Amino acid sequence: MNKTINQKAWYFVIPVFILVAFNAAIPLMTVVNYSFQETFGNNVFAWEGTRWFKQILLSERFHAALGRQFAFTFIILLIQIPLGIAIALTMPKKGWGVPVCLILMSMPLLIPWNVVGAMWNIFALPDIGFLGHTLNSLGFDYNFTQQPGDAWFTTILMDVWHWTSLVVLLSYAGLNSIQPAYYQAAEIDGASRWATFRYIELPKMKKVLTLAILLRFMDSFMIYTEPFVLTGGGPGNTTAFLSIDLVKMALGQFDLGPAAAMSLIYFFIVLLVCWVFYNLMMKNEAQS
Amino acid sequence: MKKYKWLVPTLYIIFLMLPIYWLINMSFKTTTEIINTYSLWPQKFTTENYVKIFTDSTWYMGYVNSIAYTVFNTVISVAAALPAAYAFSRYKFLGDKHLFFWLLTNRMAPPAVFALPFFQFYSSVNLFDTHIAVALSHCLFNIPLAVWILEGFMSAVPKELDETAYVDGYSFGRFFFKIFVPTIAAGIGITMFFCFMFSWVELLLAKTLTATEAKPIAATMTRTASTSGYELGLLAAAGTLTIIPGAIVIYFVKNYIAKGFAMGRV
Repeated sequence: MNKTINQKAWYFVIPVFILVAFNAAIPLMTVVNYSFQETFGNNVFAWEGTRWFKQILLSERFHAALGRQFAFTFIILLIQIPLGIAIALTMPKKGWGVPVCLILMSMPLLIPWNVVGAMWNIFALPDIGFLGHTLNSLGFDYNFTQQPGDAWFTTILMDVWHWTSLVVLLSYAGLNSIQPAYYQAAEIDGASRWATFRYIELPKMKKVLTLAILLRFMDSFMIYTEPFVLTGGGPGNTTAFLSIDLVKMALGQFDLGPAAAMSLIYFFIVLLVCWVFYNLMMKNEAQS
Repeated sequence: MKKYKWLVPTLYIIFLMLPIYWLINMSFKTTTEIINTYSLWPQKFTTENYVKIFTDSTWYMGYVNSIAYTVFNTVISVAAALPAAYAFSRYKFLGDKHLFFWLLTNRMAPPAVFALPFFQFYSSVNLFDTHIAVALSHCLFNIPLAVWILEGFMSAVPKELDETAYVDGYSFGRFFFKIFVPTIAAGIGITMFFCFMFSWVELLLAKTLTATEAKPIAATMTRTASTSGYELGLLAAAGTLTIIPGAIVIYFVKNYIAKGFAMGRV
């Protein structure tokens, strides 16, 4: 659409601008403040320069949390995106199956995050949970509160349970927007199922898939509540992802300076990756 | 191959329903039964967990608080986002692209980063432990989302609609509320759905900003789980009840969900 140039449009944006600035700019400035200072309580501060940033960037604790975070995000993207596409491809396209699938699949998305954690905790308990009990009676030595491997397995399974539906719904919407003429053309050409997917469906889903990856990256990178309730970051620190580590440092130990510096580095990483995705997405939109 | 296609979504749905079933199953058992026996359905069916929640005000007020700030947040977010989304979809103005990306960055901000400053900020303006504080803090991620979704819907409405209305002598206000808003009603519905959803499921900020007066149900659950020796039955019943508002909301928007996602703006 060709838009008219109109500077008065700013008036329309003012309420949003004020609300978000009030919520984002002021707290963010507080964080920036803390990140350069040492606090002695009673509002006494001393200038520390970039000490906290150096400390965080060189600390092994931060490296470990960052490594776990990237590993987690990478694994869940690797599972959720292909799985989501596969389910969307096999979902019914019309009839009574459509609302049933949509309603049931959206369910996990609307459960409060700590209930998701609590639910999976009960579900996976080795002695009385369905998952834990089944695995143990099948001969696996499964205990997610004791063994790091099991804790990771459970956390990833929980995230797949929780968020794959988002990828499914996005891909399904993308598939639905393909005109039937494309499929007819493919049939006339005698294209195989794989070729139809590779050359018709996948390119048409590019936009929604970029969005799905962007959303899943952002949200899994900020994950806090679900693993916190499920494992509490343990056993040890093995499932303490960035947010869990950060909250521990800021609200638990009240190390405001290092926590603030870590916040900024954390936010910067998310921002950087998202900016790359956002530009890719806008480029796609401009093409179509 | 084609014949067995239904298997994939069916298996997936079974996988989704299993933990939910387990939670409901637990909610109808007594805590003693949960701890001592493993069974696929309640042996001694009991509703005492639910009775306790509906008679104890610290429990049911949690639901009232959660619903209060969620509704409040949805209203603020959509009301503020409507004119802004209109401006982004119709006009070019100084800094529009930067502003749009800046809004989106707030959707990307990890709530953990904001927890402590929010706590201090809302305490200093005497809003700590009120529904308004939680509703306002959730605007951080819901307003950008609302602007983003609404802008998608508004851009799909041809500009000729606006122009014809002005030619017919409509003022801007009358055009906006009498013609434009009804045209994008489905989009507004979907936006409200997502605002409701993200405010309902968020806990970190809601928990940080409340103590007793506005404590969300989800936080009540966390506390109970840790202090009173793990009352699993009660926890399961409370968890089951938190699924219900979401299920009701999904039922109402079921025809629009796919359409909303189709805009590629969620």
